Amino acid sequence: MAQEQVEEYLETIYDLESRDGSAKTTAIAKCLKIAPASVTEVLKSLSDKGFVQYEPYRGATLTEEGKKIAGTIKRKHRLLEVFLTDVLKLNREKVHDEACRMEHTISEETEDALCRMLDAPAHCPHGSPISPCNKGVGSCAECDGAGNTGMPLVIRDKKIIPITDLRPEQKGRIAFIRGDCKVVQRLSDLGLTLGTNVSVLKKAPMGGPVEISVRRTKLAVDHAIAENIFIEPPLLGEP
Amino acid sequence: MSGCGECKGCSTGGESKIRNVDYTIALAGNANVGKSVIFNQLTGVDQIIGNWPGKTVERAEGLLLHKGKRIRVIDLPGIYSFSTYSMEELVSRDFIALEHPDAVINVIDASALERNLFFTIQLLELAPPLMIAVNQVDLAEKKGITIDTQKFSALLGVPVVQTVAIRGKGIPVLTDAITGLMQDHPVPPVLHYGKEIEERIGKIIALLETVTTQYPVRWTAIKLLERDPAIVQLINAQDPVVVEKAGLLAGEIESIHGEPVCVVMSAERYQIADRIAAEVMTMRPPGEGPLKKSLTDRLDEVALHPVLGYLGVIAVIGGLLVWTFLIGAQVSGFLQAFLSHFEQYEPVVSGPIMDILWNGAFTGFVAGVTLVIPYVLPFYLLLAILEDSGYLTRISVMLDRGMHKLGLHGKAIIPLILGYGCNVPAIYSCRIMETPKQKTLAAFLVTLVPCTARTVVILGLVAAFVNIWWALALYAFDILLIIVVGRIAFKAVPGESVGLIMEMADYHVPSVSVVLKQTWTRTKSLIWIVFPAYIIGSAIIQAFYAAGLLTPVNNLLSPVTVLWLGLPAVIGITLIFGIVRKELTILTLAVIFHTTNFASIMSPVQLIVLALVSMLYIPCISVILVLASEFGWKKALSISATEIIMAIGIGGIAFRVLSLAM
Repeated sequence: MAQEQVEEYLETIYDLESRDGSAKTTAIAKCLKIAPASVTEVLKSLSDKGFVQYEPYRGATLTEEGKKIAGTIKRKHRLLEVFLTDVLKLNREKVHDEACRMEHTISEETEDALCRMLDAPAHCPHGSPISPCNKGVGSCAECDGAGNTGMPLVIRDKKIIPITDLRPEQKGRIAFIRGDCKVVQRLSDLGLTLGTNVSVLKKAPMGGPVEISVRRTKLAVDHAIAENIFIEPPLLGEP
Repeated sequence: MSGCGECKGCSTGGESKIRNVDYTIALAGNANVGKSVIFNQLTGVDQIIGNWPGKTVERAEGLLLHKGKRIRVIDLPGIYSFSTYSMEELVSRDFIALEHPDAVINVIDASALERNLFFTIQLLELAPPLMIAVNQVDLAEKKGITIDTQKFSALLGVPVVQTVAIRGKGIPVLTDAITGLMQDHPVPPVLHYGKEIEERIGKIIALLETVTTQYPVRWTAIKLLERDPAIVQLINAQDPVVVEKAGLLAGEIESIHGEPVCVVMSAERYQIADRIAAEVMTMRPPGEGPLKKSLTDRLDEVALHPVLGYLGVIAVIGGLLVWTFLIGAQVSGFLQAFLSHFEQYEPVVSGPIMDILWNGAFTGFVAGVTLVIPYVLPFYLLLAILEDSGYLTRISVMLDRGMHKLGLHGKAIIPLILGYGCNVPAIYSCRIMETPKQKTLAAFLVTLVPCTARTVVILGLVAAFVNIWWALALYAFDILLIIVVGRIAFKAVPGESVGLIMEMADYHVPSVSVVLKQTWTRTKSLIWIVFPAYIIGSAIIQAFYAAGLLTPVNNLLSPVTVLWLGLPAVIGITLIFGIVRKELTILTLAVIFHTTNFASIMSPVQLIVLALVSMLYIPCISVILVLASEFGWKKALSISATEIIMAIGIGGIAFRVLSLAM
């Protein structure tokens, strides 16, 4: 059985399972527009491979292994949808089918690159959540930089905000910095590197400079420059 | 901040004035770490401050005598990185890499170890005989930070000493360690980056076999990987293939991290710095020490307060100016009275030519003395105290927003305030601005700031014979004009502007040696440029006048002076005299009319218009010279031309409006 077919089945079962609790043969057949008899054939084969648990008449549920594959495909699918809508400006109605075909061919590397380029979107254009990647990184900012250090997976779905939105005395971690190359260089030379903990000490009135504390030093940064320093604020309960 | 520019003695290129030295050492480090204090401790008064050859960057060097050896000490500019963000960085790295100093002392601030180490790591890449002076350990101690010097030294593989430079602590140990370095020339160990970086550095080093540079190979490789413009250009001239391949490797890193390679490298260096700092630094956990806010935090609550902060700025700058002029006028009057015992202060414009020349030179000298000693010197002294204490950075922050309207940012307040003393050092201090556009804009606006000489004119014409309020109104108008002109110039001058990024160092008690040095550096440019221009210029212009060469000028200028500005025709000559030095305008006036009661010869409107035109019409000759040396003749002359046109335009309008109103 072709890899693409396997993935398509697992994806469908994933959807049906999360809707109905399990994926009935008839429902799968309807979704994929295939005869129920062939669906039963395939489910048996998937069960043999250890991707699903299949009981005739009751339907199929995904095993851990199956869930992992389905989850990755879903993630690729939704990232592609965001890409096709936001970047290539395709019609929202068309992107689902397009993504359905592309999702099976893109590599993990492309998936990561898409995620970074799109600044780790949390939802697809249709509003479904995009799951975080399963890499062992603490945050998107460390994506690929940290490698497999075995750090616990942190929920990535935090809102990323400009440092100017932090309240005085509030802390956060630098997610990324945008802007003129020289300015970004200068900021990172002064210690505002990715993943660094920073806090806002004061904000001068009327869009004046923002005073930032980093590594026990204090910097006054122009408001317009500070607006391009993006921060992950701490989760509730974190100090 | 400012240099002597025209001073011939110290602009002799790579060779310096201090000769017959046995060794050369350099001090390197961040700004605000007390590097200058260590420099002063090492060298005493034997210092020469000039420019780096061909660069508008200050070069300070001094002589240290130790165990019978003559050691030249170079104080490199205070910088945070070698990323060619500025000329200071380029000058420093080229000095260390190409002139091979016998030792480099990296001065670091014990309270901000990580950021200082970030620079140390880059120094290590250049591989000079290096040592570290951990300074301000007393202040760090107060914040609960202690540093294990031995562990530090072992980790980095270079000597490390602790100092409290401001009290001379640790200086003897430092000098001994320097001696060791100078004799042994140890090569510091290499610090390794992450695997994916090191692999690529290795590949570039292999490529570099075909290329010869004076820089260390590993450093060159790192810079190629960082796409450093200067090094890329250098290697490209020899072997473009190397640059191309290095660019591909840099691209790989960028694709892994999704960030520009230079930013990745900074993050890598900070990772190393964080790791070393964590090993050598002990921080007293909060709770054990005093929990109260630091003095700096408490002062900042007032200094950066939305209301109190601005009141503070106005009070401090206003107070500075008022105090200077109240005291200055007294001292100046006294000095002038004293010096007139030797020669008449008013210009002599008839009689033997030698008398005229002598009188011109003498009055030029007197003018210099009576301006510099009572006004400029105390003003700059107070300003240096304010600057070294850390308050000037707070003023910059408070005024940043307003400066944006002029295409500048908060730091530009320093040249503008200096301008009230004398425009010459103020223009030098425009070097602190980042881009060429911002430097030019700041310098242009500085020339519109009424310096002490112009203040003398305003006070002498308007405050004395109209009233003080009109004098103050002229000041207020000038500030308004600076804002309007700044806005227009911001749009008209091409180039880029960058926003404020500035370290906010803690407040501290100013160091006497640093304050005196700063004051001297700024005042010195007056002695080298303003004094000669005053003395020579005054002598020449008086001789010209006496020879009758200037009389046609009155007629030539009369359409402007008489018809448009509504002033007496002889004002043409006084304005020409004013180019040499602004207060010469009123002195010449006194000579021509044989009276110092200007109210008897001119109406209040004429007095105000004359003061206004004198304030604006052209920078004096010293300023034009300095503008030319910093920015070239083209810019110097276009600034002068703009101001002549502007002054005449505004003067004429003022004459008409005021005639209606008064």
